[in-house]
Amino acid sequence: MTTATIPTTTEKLTSKDFTSDQEVRWCPGCGDYSILKQVQTVMPELGIPRENIVFVSGIGCSSRFPYYMETFGMHSIHGRATAVASGLKVTRPDLSVWLVTGDGDALSIGGNHMIHLLRRNININILLFNNEIYGLTKGQYSPTSHIGQVTKSSPYGAIDHPFNPLALTLGAGATFIARSMDRDPVHLRGILKKANEHIGTSFVEIYQNCNVFNDGAFEVFTEKASKKEETLFMETGKPLIFGQNNEHGVKLDGFKPVIVNVADVSVNDLWIHDEREEMKATILTRFFDDPKKAGHLPRPFGVFYTEDRPTYESALTAQINDTIKAKGEGDLDTLLRGRESWTIN
Amino acid sequence: MTTPIEEITKQKTNKELKEVVILFAGDSGDGIQLTGTQFTNTNALFGNDISTFPNYPAEIRAPAGTLAGVSGFQVNFGSVNIYTAGDQSDVLVVMNAAALKASLRSLKKNGIIIANTSGFEPKNLELAKYPKGVNPLKDGSLEGYTVHEIDITKLTRACLENNSGLGVKEIDRSKNMFVLGFILWMYNRSMEPSLNYLKEQFKKRPELIETNTKVLKAGYNYGETTETFTTRYEVKAAPMPKGTYRSIMGNQATALGLISASKKAGLTLFYGTYPITPASDILHELAKHKNFGIKTFQAEDEIAAVCSAIGASFGGNLGITGSSGPGIALKGEAIGLAVMMELPLVVINVQRGGPSTGLPTKTEQADLMQAMYGRNGECPLIVLAASSPSDCFTMAFEACKLSLQHMTPVMLLTDGYIANGAEPWLYPKASDLPEIKVSFTTKKNSLKENGEGKVEKYLPYLRDEKLSRPWAIPGTKGLEHRVGGIEKEHETGNISYDPDNHEFMVKMRQAKVDKVADYIPEQKIDNGKEKGKILVLGWGSTYGSIKTAVIDCIAKGIDVSHAHVKYMNPLPKNLGSLLKKFDKVLMPEMNNGQFSRIIRDKFLIDAIGFDKIKGAPFTAGELSKKIEEINK
Ligand code: SF4
Repeated sequence: MTTATIPTTTEKLTSKDFTSDQEVRWCPGCGDYSILKQVQTVMPELGIPRENIVFVSGIGCSSRFPYYMETFGMHSIHGRATAVASGLKVTRPDLSVWLVTGDGDALSIGGNHMIHLLRRNININILLFNNEIYGLTKGQYSPTSHIGQVTKSSPYGAIDHPFNPLALTLGAGATFIARSMDRDPVHLRGILKKANEHIGTSFVEIYQNCNVFNDGAFEVFTEKASKKEETLFMETGKPLIFGQNNEHGVKLDGFKPVIVNVADVSVNDLWIHDEREEMKATILTRFFDDPKKAGHLPRPFGVFYTEDRPTYESALTAQINDTIKAKGEGDLDTLLRGRESWTIN
Repeated sequence: MTTPIEEITKQKTNKELKEVVILFAGDSGDGIQLTGTQFTNTNALFGNDISTFPNYPAEIRAPAGTLAGVSGFQVNFGSVNIYTAGDQSDVLVVMNAAALKASLRSLKKNGIIIANTSGFEPKNLELAKYPKGVNPLKDGSLEGYTVHEIDITKLTRACLENNSGLGVKEIDRSKNMFVLGFILWMYNRSMEPSLNYLKEQFKKRPELIETNTKVLKAGYNYGETTETFTTRYEVKAAPMPKGTYRSIMGNQATALGLISASKKAGLTLFYGTYPITPASDILHELAKHKNFGIKTFQAEDEIAAVCSAIGASFGGNLGITGSSGPGIALKGEAIGLAVMMELPLVVINVQRGGPSTGLPTKTEQADLMQAMYGRNGECPLIVLAASSPSDCFTMAFEACKLSLQHMTPVMLLTDGYIANGAEPWLYPKASDLPEIKVSFTTKKNSLKENGEGKVEKYLPYLRDEKLSRPWAIPGTKGLEHRVGGIEKEHETGNISYDPDNHEFMVKMRQAKVDKVADYIPEQKIDNGKEKGKILVLGWGSTYGSIKTAVIDCIAKGIDVSHAHVKYMNPLPKNLGSLLKKFDKVLMPEMNNGQFSRIIRDKFLIDAIGFDKIKGAPFTAGELSKKIEEINK
């Protein structure tokens, strides 16, 4: 048994080839449309035969996704796409497995499977559409809703402290974590490609606007007027700078990130992003302030962290191969006979 | 001239017995499970028919010497056919006072007690809750039994004291070998299989081979040279059908059945599971055989276990999950998903006492209704039940076959009794096992009008004569399609909320499972006449006890027959007519009457329920008594 790798193809496909005949049923204006479009645009560029691509989802608005992709797909049950995808990828390393989930699906009902998938590092690409609300069930607060968020199930404001998804996933041993948004197609497509390239579990948090139940949750990050001031687009090898004219920068004062005027410091003093530095990634995931708070840090987008670590499926295949080498290919008759047998004539 | 030892040996007499039941009991740390297993294997190799029943305490490390910590291993072996581990024991081997207290009531009148006296110190007596100053070995309360007192601990220590290099703890741990040696002597058995076992087991620690061998031999010689033991027993080989046998435990047989099925189907076996008593041994067994390409996946929980198996099935593998009742409860929703997606999935439930955590180490058959109905919606499964340790092999193989060929989940019910019990097994040759034909669809399967002419399409829910759907796996060009848990439209598999379609699909999934009845064997009478006064109808692990009781009652002239159901859903097609040929149907079950309810419901017959819900199997005696009672 060899570790089957994902095959490649030179066949020219278009985004239309990845569009199924099913009518898309998200609310008009939903951020999911843009994400679907970017995924369908990126797919033909990956050079993977369409039949080797599988989309797996759980339950929620985002989890309708597989029905709209002309690939193999499974719309599974709430929170469990992670587990389904694990079994699929472990037995079929030749498939490119994509997992579409939401904040409730991945972090609430499916939180346990999520962290275990990350620590095992199975080569699956996770796209978490975070809209900080339960959309499909019509508007209850989610594990990423902010304190005080008024929803149908929290008429007096949510009192649960929210998850910080990237800090959580990094803590769980993720080997690739990134953040993007529905309203920045170019950035999103770039991140999707990087997620695909990474061998191991890739976790991409995508800020997604639910215009029906939580409209504008991320607008300070996505709208022109505030985007430049409030976001920080990270690129390895480049300094962390932001602002209308990139006039602000981030510098590390000990372990504490501080905002400085680029003009006041030498370039060498600025924090140069390196997606391979785990400690710094840990700090970056903590750039999670309420944007309404004075003196808050900007919200980072891009790849926070990536590392090369053997995948679960490759380790399993290696173990099987080693066992075959040591014991020989399993023989059913030997197995059935067991250690001791006796004959009655 | 003879030496004194030869003199003693000569005086010993041999007594032939047809059948012997020995119960080994001690602390869970005493290693008596190993003593029992080795003794069992030796007798099996010798040619006895045999049945065992290990009985574990719920806590792995209950305080030493307490009643809660008593672990037992019962073995019944004979020159006659054996179907159960025996109602009562002839010999009771106890390592301490608690073991005696907990096990004495299962010893026959006039039975033999072999007691390790160093387990009867005041501290042991107190832990066993004997009143202060009372020692059962001394107070005459064991009158009527033959009591042999041996200071096993002391003799073991003496044997290893000088040169073993082991600590006292490790020395004491080998006292199970002394017991084994002694019992082997008592029943005229060779030490050879045990010596081989030690060599294999301690390959990496040769010093332990030496010490254990020494103690084993010391136990054997103790019987040989001690004057107190004047009788050795002989149990001749049993008249078993010709062939080559091995000894097998239920969970092990289940694992081998799964591996065989995967080989015969040419599919990779994926076993997603989460540790749970008493099912974990299936995982342990499968994990050993990685050279068969098996992928075992110890998931983070029961739900992930079943879901990962579903993912593997979707990918074209043999996806299997195993657990016990509490775990099966957690898997319910996912099993429903597999029913909806119409993918193969084998779910094994090694039942234990319930509800909730219940009696984790004890046996019960109370998950039948859960298997039949324990999911949301109309969610039928194929349900099978194994009737003995070796039958776990047959039924596990069958579960895989039916699931793959009918594209629907199968639940296999076994239970703690047969999972941990052992018996001789006339194992099959690989070439004698049937091939399991699995064919993945590679071509579009329909022509559809789309307004501009006919186009080829793949319909994932098109049905064949078994009403099952095609299996097109990822990687198959042109057959990209989506499946999921939302109601499917007939043939296309698209999402559909249409009311008529829903009713149609619910009935279709039921009809598909019902159709399996055409592909399973008819119900046979196991024992007795095809028609008559009383039929004892059993299922699952009660097989051995019912068989023994029915043989017994027939010998007494009672008009009674035995049928044992292994295909629980759908039931064999002839079962209804078979039941109607008897005046009375008696249904013993280790639950509160679950199968009898199903039988009454399906066939409108007045089945007589007979329940035992004590975490222990029926004794043949209990069943004989009940049969005699309703015969009146
Ligand atoms: S409820 Fe919100 S997330 Fe769901 S489809 Fe509508 S807009 Fe999108």
